[in-house]
Amino acid sequence: MAHSLHAPPRPRSLTGRLARGLALVPLAAMLAGCNLVVMQPSGDVAVQQRNLILASTGLMLLIIVPVIALTLVFAWRYRESNKEAVYDPDWHHSTQLEVVIWTAPLIIIIALGALTWISTHVLDPFRPLQRIEAGRPVPEGVKPLTVQVVALDWKWLFFYPEYGVATVNEMAAPVDRPIEFKITASSVMNAFYVPALAGMIYAMPGMETKLHAVINKPGDYNGLSSHYSGSGFSRMTFRFLGLQGGEFDQWVAKTKAEGKDLSREAYLDLEKPSEQVPVTYYKSVADGLYGLIVNMCAVPGKMCMNEMMRIDAAGGAGPESHENREKLQYDNRHVREGHEPPGATTPASHRPPRGQVQPEGMKPDGKNPAVRGSDPQPDRGDGPAAPQDPVAPAQRSN
Amino acid sequence: MFSDSLQKFLFGRFTLESIPFHEPILQVTFAGVALGGITVLAAITYFRFWGPLWRDWMTSVDHKKIGIMYVVLALVMLLRGFADALLMRSQQAVAFGANEGFLPPHHYDQIFTAHGVIMIFFMAMPFVTGLMNYVVPLQIGARDVAFPFLNNFSFWMTASGAVIVMISLFVGEFARTGWLAYPPLSGADMSPGVGVDYYIWALQIAGIGTLLSGVNLIVTIVKMRAPGMSMMKLPIFVWTSLCTNVLIVAAFPVLTAVLALLSLDRYVGTHFFTNDLGGNPMMYFNLIWIWGHPEVYILILPAFGIFSEVTSTFCGKRLFGYASMVYATVVITILSYLVWLHHFFTMGSGADVNSFFGITTMIISIPTGAKIFNWLFTMYRGRIRFDVPMLWTVGFMVTFVIGGMTGVLLAVPPADFVLHNSLFLIAHFHNVIIGGVLFGMLAGVNYWFPKAFGFRLDPFWGKMSFWFWLVGFYVAFMPLYVLGLMGVTRRAQHFDDPSLQIWFVVAACGAGLILLGILSFIVQLFVSIRNREALRDETGDPWHGRTLEWSTSSPPPDYNFAFTPVIHDLDAWSDMKKRGYSRPVSGFRSIHMPRNTGTGVILGGLSVVFGFAMIWYIWWLAALSFVAMLAVTILHTFNYDRDYHIPADTVVRSEDRRTALLAGQV
Amino acid sequence: MMHTDTAPPGTAPVFHQEEDHHPENGTLLGFWIYLMSDCLIFAVLFATYGVLGRSYAAGPSPSDLFELPLVALNTAMLLFSSITYGFAMLEMDKGNQPMTQRWLAITGLFGAAFIAIELYEFAHLIHEGAGPTRSAFLSSFFALVGTHGLHVTFGLVWLATLMVQVHQRGLIPENRRRLMCLSMFWHFLDVIWIGVFTFVYLMGVLQ
Repeated sequence: MAHSLHAPPRPRSLTGRLARGLALVPLAAMLAGCNLVVMQPSGDVAVQQRNLILASTGLMLLIIVPVIALTLVFAWRYRESNKEAVYDPDWHHSTQLEVVIWTAPLIIIIALGALTWISTHVLDPFRPLQRIEAGRPVPEGVKPLTVQVVALDWKWLFFYPEYGVATVNEMAAPVDRPIEFKITASSVMNAFYVPALAGMIYAMPGMETKLHAVINKPGDYNGLSSHYSGSGFSRMTFRFLGLQGGEFDQWVAKTKAEGKDLSREAYLDLEKPSEQVPVTYYKSVADGLYGLIVNMCAVPGKMCMNEMMRIDAAGGAGPESHENREKLQYDNRHVREGHEPPGATTPASHRPPRGQVQPEGMKPDGKNPAVRGSDPQPDRGDGPAAPQDPVAPAQRSN
Repeated sequence: MFSDSLQKFLFGRFTLESIPFHEPILQVTFAGVALGGITVLAAITYFRFWGPLWRDWMTSVDHKKIGIMYVVLALVMLLRGFADALLMRSQQAVAFGANEGFLPPHHYDQIFTAHGVIMIFFMAMPFVTGLMNYVVPLQIGARDVAFPFLNNFSFWMTASGAVIVMISLFVGEFARTGWLAYPPLSGADMSPGVGVDYYIWALQIAGIGTLLSGVNLIVTIVKMRAPGMSMMKLPIFVWTSLCTNVLIVAAFPVLTAVLALLSLDRYVGTHFFTNDLGGNPMMYFNLIWIWGHPEVYILILPAFGIFSEVTSTFCGKRLFGYASMVYATVVITILSYLVWLHHFFTMGSGADVNSFFGITTMIISIPTGAKIFNWLFTMYRGRIRFDVPMLWTVGFMVTFVIGGMTGVLLAVPPADFVLHNSLFLIAHFHNVIIGGVLFGMLAGVNYWFPKAFGFRLDPFWGKMSFWFWLVGFYVAFMPLYVLGLMGVTRRAQHFDDPSLQIWFVVAACGAGLILLGILSFIVQLFVSIRNREALRDETGDPWHGRTLEWSTSSPPPDYNFAFTPVIHDLDAWSDMKKRGYSRPVSGFRSIHMPRNTGTGVILGGLSVVFGFAMIWYIWWLAALSFVAMLAVTILHTFNYDRDYHIPADTVVRSEDRRTALLAGQV
Repeated sequence: MMHTDTAPPGTAPVFHQEEDHHPENGTLLGFWIYLMSDCLIFAVLFATYGVLGRSYAAGPSPSDLFELPLVALNTAMLLFSSITYGFAMLEMDKGNQPMTQRWLAITGLFGAAFIAIELYEFAHLIHEGAGPTRSAFLSSFFALVGTHGLHVTFGLVWLATLMVQVHQRGLIPENRRRLMCLSMFWHFLDVIWIGVFTFVYLMGVLQ
């Protein structure tokens, strides 16, 4: 088994046992030939997900292989030219066989269903980790590292509230320390995905999803958006660094030494669509910026979504509330200012424009790319300032 | 100023710049399409075919002709959708590192959107509908569908949707959102152009056609079965068609509604799926997949039906486990409504919700598995003739179980977290849609072609086509499974990691093999038409068929059956042959038939104008064409003279001709 | 029967019949299925309202906006129109064409009154700044009620067309069938409206 070379010590879970028992040698050997990061991950969550894939595949092969083999055997054996084979045109029913063909898949699915139920609960991304590796529970007193992730148009912003720093397109985490990701987005949906670390979860504007994971091996891994989000999508990648404890502290120190300040203005500038943004460090972050982003009110004068939801829960703001409408209109892709790079060939991407610059039939009301050069600042209204410490609405779909 | 506003009034947001003169790929394509179109039009004119085309085809309410037109539409759109696939495969095979490839994101994103939309809505759907239209009335011993005019209208609405998609190629742009146009990306702010509007109107107009055709076929199957054909004596293809059409009627309204809400967001500025003012984009995911998952079964069930018919015919055996096949189909139909959330486990629903939908998804594999076993045991102790339809069936059985397995794998939520939106997912659904739906449709074409045209398709080129498709499929999509396991996501126009390239190159070669498969199919059509005398079938029953469609002549007369058949057993035609049925040769009467009408074509044409006007904000034209559609519809209802009788002597003449042909056979 | 001419008597069962096989009530079944699909559109709109109905976007809520007496009057109009359509169908059954037409006309008037009141309500809301673009709640409200209103409007066009056709050709079978279909459509809209009245207006104001 090629996998056992790379895989960490086998977990004692149901998943692990099934994986060990059922993973097919040829399959594993074939897959080991290239960098199959999903099959050879470096984080415990992804390892468990890999084991689950192997176990489920093994379970299903129990029925798939005989079916394929029987198909080919029957096709060959009962070919017309084979006069030796029995031909029984009236044989079309057999209660025993019927029972078998319904029961066999049923048994497999019962096993797989049990596996699904257990693993889905164990590996629920919202659930804090219980262990950092098979046989190694989370040590007493170790708190997870919180990383707040924002999917911007088309780069990733990471906040480290514990350290007060932030980075773009590069994140690091200490090996063997649980990480709690809080994930949101500025304008459209994306998915936060580090294949070596753990499965993906959507990043959605105005909402916060969570992911708990841990990296077990130091290394430099790829992260990406795995949900199509527009023209800069292909280049919306980042580095995920798994660092040993000391190295991680050095990394934090480096962000503080080399970084700039991430004020609200700097954030609003960063938020504008751009591609291939180089790794950037921020040594300080404006107070509560992540909360403002989750609540869509980083632009001064906008009403925060949690404020809106509070008002709504209290029965709305009554008929005389026209001014709230303006305060709740978000333009986080800055399209109304003309910042949409229509052909996805902005100067920011260092690629020469090819093709139509403006999408056909684009609304002319201020969205004209002609104003792109003048770069008007977003409207800084005098509306009530956003709450100081907005609590992100813990919304989950159901 | 005045001329500006006049232009805006007259042409909406359409300007000459909307035509992408500057895109070389589009110019060449346009030149090709224009030349091809002119050639076809010239040929029609030269052969004086306009009259027959209008009288016998476009205005026809004959389910057989409408069925053929659906299939032709599907094949044309297959070429378009496949051209998109080739472009994507070539782009991904070269766009690494410093190489940008030849398609910028603006273009590439339209292509993958168009590919998905076209292949599902304008290739697979018309293909399925076309075969059902052609075969179902014949298999139940009926002379037409329940609502023949509605059938014609449905076809033209589907065709109009296809026309709108094709227009987007040359006027303006298509959506750059992916085939389901998820908001907020597809909202007015993030997609301000006409692309998403093309998408919306093409689907809405085609959707009307699909829905009405669903209603039509349900009523046909429920009400028009020949005497004696109880539900448990229905041919299995009719059963799967019935379930498919129930799914259509119960799923497409959801699509209509959700797209209507999206268009309100875009046109009126409402807040259903926006980020701001209380909108909820997650609701769109739920609603579109409440339609989208049944849609998958809408496509695959008829293919299952075709495979059942083909297996039983070419094994010379009654289908094993007919009853369990029927129950399996019905169970799949019901369960298909309980699984939609598995398309977005990664959106962050709780573990209970995710595991519920994961397990319901797996449960579907039980009846599907039972079906596979049923085909398997139909082959057991059969005498299998490996004609082309049977080849497709065996190819399907092997390929589909692999796709089914990866599908169940994706239904395990934690596994889906690492595989979702990856090329593994792409490989999975192509595995079931090509290996299931498309193989089924091509089996169906090869199987029923002699019925429709009176001569068989050339077997050599049919086999070439099959092998190229089969091998091409594996070469094209197995690398995508591997790439998915390497953590590569879908819809990327460019990659940084050069070590991936080899897999994409292999996949592109696979696409090339599939191209050869498609070309072989076209050659097969040409060769068969040229050699039609050698391939002619005069019996009407070239495969020793088992169901009623093989009891009449090939092609069947307008009225299908001179007398209404009476059914005693499953596999009615086989039963009739076995029990010494002899064909009636006299006593024919006049036959009551529906009359052709041009209303469907006119309404289809007007709906294209209406859709185009809405897309480009040409409000006066939209209003005008809408009123015109309403007026044409109302006028149509004032026509009470909708049927006629085929005189008895015409029936006698055509039946005598068949008698003579059959006598010559002996 | 002629098929027995060529087969030995007694052995071959009957394999065809000479009479045409005509289905009964296919149109009504088809129209019923269509209505069920239409019902699904309303189901989606109700569901949308269920999800978004409390998202006021820091704006007005149902109790700020809806005037129950007006809506009750509106509801009465539609309910009356259903009853009068029933009378029209009873007269049709008796073959009494003038009375049928008269009841159809009254139905149409009630329907038109319903539409007029609804339009007044919409205009009033939009004038107050509570149009469909104000909040997700209002978007889903206008979509649900507006779709119902559009259906009633098409029903009215259909009703007028049918009255002309009955006038021209009398209560022939085709026209009776069409009146039956419209009858189903009309009552269906009534049922939908009862849902709208209960879930949107009553539960909105009385919550």
